[in-house]
Amino acid sequence: MRVPVSWLREYVDLPAKVSVTELANRLTMLGLKLEALEFPGSDVEGRLVVGQVLDFAAEEQSNGKTVRWCRVDTGDGEPRGIVCGAGNFAAGDLVVVALPDAVLPGGFEIAARKTYGHMSDGMICSARELGLGDDHAGILVLGAGEAASGDDAAEVLQLRDQVIEFEINPDRAYALSLRGVAREAATAYNLGFDDPALSLPAVDAGEGYSIQVEDRQGCDRFTALEVTGFNATALTPRWLVRRIQLAGMRPISLSVDVTNYVMLELGQPIHGYDSAKLRGPIVVRRASAGEKLTTLDGVSRVLDSEDLLITDDSGPIGLAGVMGGESTEMSATTTEVLIEAAHFDPATIARSARRHKLPSEASKRFERGIDPTLGPVAALRVAELLTAYGGGTVAKTGSVVGELRSREEITISADLPSRVSGIGIDAGTAVTALRTVGCEAELVGEQINATPPAWRPDITDPYDVVEEVTRIVGYDQVPSILPPATVGRGLSKRQRLRRRVGLMLASRGFVEALNFPFLGESDLSALQLHHGDPRRIAMRLANPLSDLEPLLRTTLLPGLLKALARNAGRGKPDLGLFELGAVFLPPAGERPKAPKLGVDRRPSDDELKELEAALPDQPLHLGIVMAGHRGPPGWWGSGRGTSWADAVEACRVVARTVGVELEAASARIAPWHPGRCAQLLIGDVIIGHAGELHPRVCQQFGLTPRSVAAELDLDVLIAQASDIVRAPTFSTYPVAKEDVALAVDMDVPAAEVEAALRDGAGELLESVRLFDMYVGQQVGAGKKSLGYSLRFRARDRTLTETEIRAAREAAVEVAVSRHGAALRS
Amino acid sequence: MSGPNTDYDPVEVTPLRVEEVAERRDEAIAAVEAAADLDELKAVRLAHSGDRSPLSLANREIGALPPQARKSAGQRVGQARGAVNEVLKRRTGELEAEHEQRMLLEETVDVTLPYDRDPQGARHPLTTLQERISDVFVAMGWEVADGPEVEAEWLNFDALNIGPDHPARTMQDTMFLEPLDAGVVLRTHTSPVQARSMLSRTPPIYVICPGRTYRTDELDATHTPVFHQVEGLAIDRGLSMGHLKGTLDHFAAAMFGEGIMTRFRPAYFPFTEPSAEVDLVCFVCRGVVPDVHDCRTCRGEGWIEWGGCGVVNPRVLRACGVDSHTYSGFAFGMGIDRTLMFRHGVEDMRDMVEGDVRFTLPFGVEL
Repeated sequence: MRVPVSWLREYVDLPAKVSVTELANRLTMLGLKLEALEFPGSDVEGRLVVGQVLDFAAEEQSNGKTVRWCRVDTGDGEPRGIVCGAGNFAAGDLVVVALPDAVLPGGFEIAARKTYGHMSDGMICSARELGLGDDHAGILVLGAGEAASGDDAAEVLQLRDQVIEFEINPDRAYALSLRGVAREAATAYNLGFDDPALSLPAVDAGEGYSIQVEDRQGCDRFTALEVTGFNATALTPRWLVRRIQLAGMRPISLSVDVTNYVMLELGQPIHGYDSAKLRGPIVVRRASAGEKLTTLDGVSRVLDSEDLLITDDSGPIGLAGVMGGESTEMSATTTEVLIEAAHFDPATIARSARRHKLPSEASKRFERGIDPTLGPVAALRVAELLTAYGGGTVAKTGSVVGELRSREEITISADLPSRVSGIGIDAGTAVTALRTVGCEAELVGEQINATPPAWRPDITDPYDVVEEVTRIVGYDQVPSILPPATVGRGLSKRQRLRRRVGLMLASRGFVEALNFPFLGESDLSALQLHHGDPRRIAMRLANPLSDLEPLLRTTLLPGLLKALARNAGRGKPDLGLFELGAVFLPPAGERPKAPKLGVDRRPSDDELKELEAALPDQPLHLGIVMAGHRGPPGWWGSGRGTSWADAVEACRVVARTVGVELEAASARIAPWHPGRCAQLLIGDVIIGHAGELHPRVCQQFGLTPRSVAAELDLDVLIAQASDIVRAPTFSTYPVAKEDVALAVDMDVPAAEVEAALRDGAGELLESVRLFDMYVGQQVGAGKKSLGYSLRFRARDRTLTETEIRAAREAAVEVAVSRHGAALRS
Repeated sequence: MSGPNTDYDPVEVTPLRVEEVAERRDEAIAAVEAAADLDELKAVRLAHSGDRSPLSLANREIGALPPQARKSAGQRVGQARGAVNEVLKRRTGELEAEHEQRMLLEETVDVTLPYDRDPQGARHPLTTLQERISDVFVAMGWEVADGPEVEAEWLNFDALNIGPDHPARTMQDTMFLEPLDAGVVLRTHTSPVQARSMLSRTPPIYVICPGRTYRTDELDATHTPVFHQVEGLAIDRGLSMGHLKGTLDHFAAAMFGEGIMTRFRPAYFPFTEPSAEVDLVCFVCRGVVPDVHDCRTCRGEGWIEWGGCGVVNPRVLRACGVDSHTYSGFAFGMGIDRTLMFRHGVEDMRDMVEGDVRFTLPFGVEL
């Protein structure tokens, strides 16, 4: 809402010394938030005067242009000679002259200068040159008698003003008017307020145009008033044009300008019909499905059965509260006008405006809820302004359909404002505050009875009343008190472990990325997921940001791989990234719909369960990706390329952070290299996968070959974590170290050989570590040699040579029998 | 070597003669002193203090002396050997120190060589900021509550007194999941976690809910469709706006420094009544003239818009099963991304979402 301060001052007697900044700040503290301050005309400097063109000579120039060499009386003695390129004025006309040294908007400096063979002593200005709109077809010609030569043109044109733009909260529809803002300004300065809606005359209800409101729910009040003998070509007075212009609306014609003016002034949207074009009585009803209306913007619209319409015998002539129809639009030849000032159901208007994508100044006000008493006042105000400037006669009476509903009284406990706000507010203060905002309020015993005014449909609950009291007493009076100390149990295990995992990965050289969770089918295909892959079952957005990414992610990898490629493209090819985030896994098949629940009570536990059932599983995943060098080459020697093992190890580090050990098994699953992918498990529970990416995946995402990735379900992992780590006990007897080298077939997994050694060695075994792997001639084709160091120790004694040898042999024996291992010496 | 001989005159055993012993001793000491390095010293030690050194050999002769002569000979040789050993020990120390010094000098490296062998890591500042904020509240005894990002419309809107005709419930603002009648959206704020907390816990409730939220904004320098909020909710007996203000003042001081306070302006949110916008005293200029005029953080206003808050609307309490006659509460919410922007001077929101590590790395693991 843009408020010209000069207009505002018409309703509130603000002290002259009040600065616009201070005014805006005080209103902000009352809830009308300052959005911007503007100082129109402040960019005009120097002398801008009214001049009278005494005479001129039209002179054709060599470039084909005709200019006028004018003598202009600017009220300061000798007439000035001024060259003017426009031709829309006559001798005797009053024009606006910028004298030498004046500066016009845009830093346009005026000087006496030689042009077209004359010394031009100033410039005759167009409206646009003065910052008064877009008109540049010719110069601005003032009305005869509007001013005299030498007058300050800035004043005549009301060029300079101050405009405060407010952001109006949706519950304060009344503040979408000068009337409403003025009321708040009066409150801010504790001044009297003469409410124009109460002092202006209203339509005398009686005989008028026939109005039939069929849908009283959609329209509870409809005022119509006729004006006849009107001259539609009459000009809008300059002050009115200027006001609506400063308020942000474009001047169009007298009839449109006046309806806009009254809407801005009082907050009541008005529609004017060319009543010569109306056919029969006006009927307010809902549309029938498929009905059509061509609105003022020339668009033919198919109506919905919920749309509220203004109709006559010809059919729909307006989309109620949103936009009028073309067929009854006022034009330059209109002489009879029917003024409509109605009160519509906010939700109906909101839905229609949204349905037809037609947000308008009218719908904005109707959907927030306007003052239902305004119609008769606003309609007469429009009629009087129209006839004052366009002639004609206002009908003696008008149609006023519908009764005003009286507001319900709201009763609150007198101490509720204090209890809610924390400010000590006595009952008297609360009552005064309520009266300030227009409520009828009185204290009865321990209670305050408040009846909100007509312009405050938002006040319906006791807490609304409290807000008004608090607002008037001042939000700055709210004390700062810490709540009583409470007891909490700190972070949950999941929250703690999630943090630890992030920290651990960061300390291991991984950088966290937070990617958008949107995917396209192409991303899933780029991952080489086959058609039956469960990760292809994704939730689809009804209104995605991009049609290319309509799905919610079922895996973190596409986002991470793209981020990896983006970083490489920007000069960072050696990188490890990770992301901790939700993936969205709907059940296969049809998902149950959420029940429509009421809000008048707590839903039952069963209803809440149904609600939950409509949601997908949203586990916390961890994705890790790496490309390029894990350790770059440098003065210390050569670099180390990222390998599948880095991905697996990163997962093990994460698991250890959580306090569990992962086992690996080979797996074939997209997007990994079929021979270089580990499934990571705890017992039988699959935690995730890690390994080198399939070469096609690297190619499709534009990654360095042999990039690696891992993805874990962190929720599953965390569920495996033990709550309390048991302290270990350990032996202080000496350790016995034995190394064995075993030759096995190439395809025997090392993990299984190790498991065999463990099983065979028995309880004396303390640890097994693979210290070497060898492939080559010495073990023969298709074989590999695995070197393990075994450590034996007993809890209660030093082991003898015999015991150690027996344990070692037992270990080897199981490896031999299970995997055909050959002991190498 | 001679065996014990009681008739033997000790004076007549040459190696044990006074002058002889002194001479061997002096020779040994001279040799030790002359040793230039540890290798030479090792040879000298062998020659003058080893088993076959003259003094060791002389020592063995003592056993052959008659008992009455053994004592003085023993003393003589012992003292000589002692003297040699002492010098040897000192010299060893000297040479070892010299050696160590030389070795350390030789091993000198250029410590300015860069060692960027291990990659650097970092956490995303939005994560760290969410944790920082959570910690402030956990320290006050609050708990951190999580909720799903794909949320039921009822919890995202209805339960929070956002009626079916509220403009936020359109496809223009909210991302809906298909099918539309399933009543499932990407949560538009973290407030549904409030509702969940009230539905699943019994008062008193003090929870803070950081998390990811979604709206249909196009990504540009100041907007992102995927952003983060933190929501706070307190439900207890006798809570007022004063407690809300106290909590937010404490929060502001913890995040932005002592003396940084908040101010309330009337506002409208369906889920709170009364509602307020929270502004923060600019933590850079503190609103002090003349610094405030050039302040880029608050753009000369002295205050920074921080978030929204208010007393929980009794309608919300009712829908979430909290007895509004016994309990009251307050709630507040802030944008994490926006907080990161003004707290750390992030100029373009896209930097936070693109995953460019040049943005993330400088934040390390704490901010």
